[in-house]
Amino acid sequence: MDTAVETTLTVNGTTLTRRIEPRVHLVDFLRDELGLTGSHIGCEHGVCGACTVRVNGEIVRGCLMLAVQADGCKVETVEGLSDSRELEKLQKAFHERNALQCGFCTPGMLMAAQDLLNAGGKPSREEIRTHISGNYCRCTGYQAIVDAIEDCLNGQG
Amino acid sequence: MKAPPFAYARARSLAEAFDLIERPGARILAGGQSLIPSLNMRLASPQLLVDITRLKELATIEARQAGLQVGALVTHSQILLSAEIRQRVGLLAQAAAHVAHPAIRNRGTLGGSLALADPAAEYPAVALALNATLVLKHRRGERRVSAGNFFKGLFETDLRPGEILAAAEFPKVERCAFLELARRHGDYAIVGLAGIADASGRRIAFFGVGATPVLAEKASRAASLDAALEALPKDLDPAGDLYHSPATKLHLARVLLERAWTPLSKPH
Repeated sequence: MDTAVETTLTVNGTTLTRRIEPRVHLVDFLRDELGLTGSHIGCEHGVCGACTVRVNGEIVRGCLMLAVQADGCKVETVEGLSDSRELEKLQKAFHERNALQCGFCTPGMLMAAQDLLNAGGKPSREEIRTHISGNYCRCTGYQAIVDAIEDCLNGQG
Repeated sequence: MKAPPFAYARARSLAEAFDLIERPGARILAGGQSLIPSLNMRLASPQLLVDITRLKELATIEARQAGLQVGALVTHSQILLSAEIRQRVGLLAQAAAHVAHPAIRNRGTLGGSLALADPAAEYPAVALALNATLVLKHRRGERRVSAGNFFKGLFETDLRPGEILAAAEFPKVERCAFLELARRHGDYAIVGLAGIADASGRRIAFFGVGATPVLAEKASRAASLDAALEALPKDLDPAGDLYHSPATKLHLARVLLERAWTPLSKPH
């Protein structure tokens, strides 16, 4: 049975059309079909946040959205935000604060942190922690990640 | 893991959705933040997912007398951002802050949470405390069911084949309290409390303490905090989970009742 669905979406500024099997998650489509392996796959049930991408300007779990649901949507990944230099300050701050070790969680962490920066305002450390509470890191203990995000909020990134 | 194979259809209208959900093995896909994990873990194996997320008529927030009708497809993030919800149904806005994490709140919906009826989820208890009315649409009309009659059991509701949960109607309530104990912010509740108070008295519901949210009727009617704490074991009979014994859950429910009592007891 052919259940593939023709799907048109814009990924990091490029509009493309593919026939996609409904069971394929957005993050698998991005990684396997488009070679955008910056978004990582950790738990595959929405707990770890490693697959965080942006759809129509909002962060979502790439493993909890079907690629066919992205029809007509604008999808942005860590590669796109890196190339556009939107993540530049955060990347520099993560580097300076040693906010990663193995780096597996980092793309998702950057996507979640940038979402907080884009919201404006001056969140406290506690609010930063709450915002990234859906992103697991098994190396850093989070302290350095919160430091890096705080640096950017204070204009030091 | 990866989801098993299934077909996918996006409903362009409510009428089309009614047709699609009558096909064999069809399931409704809304925000997908609970359904897709259950597919990934192969706990569900639908033959067809009917995506209703583009039905704009299910995503509205409208004033209804003093209260609000909130469409089933309104997301947790939209609930948090809505000034109307904050002003009229503060309990719902307070609850939304406890639902998962930002990336999940951007897709998960009110209707999805109510229709799934997870015993540890926030909105079913909110609906019960507020005695909300759930609007269930069918191709031949609609039924209106009170929250007290909607939640039937573990992941079991009054929804019948061919019906779609379209909206929930909440009365305006000024005094409310929402409290939740979780291992980590955004996790499922160990025990939670959703309570309101108005001229006719208190309605205090607990979640994470049984197969459905539970209205603590005796504790709600109690004249004093001490009497309420004493009455609570007659209302709740929580089962233990992997980490907490029934006695621990009951203790934690009492802790929440004590914290909620003052905000639910101020004079009008």
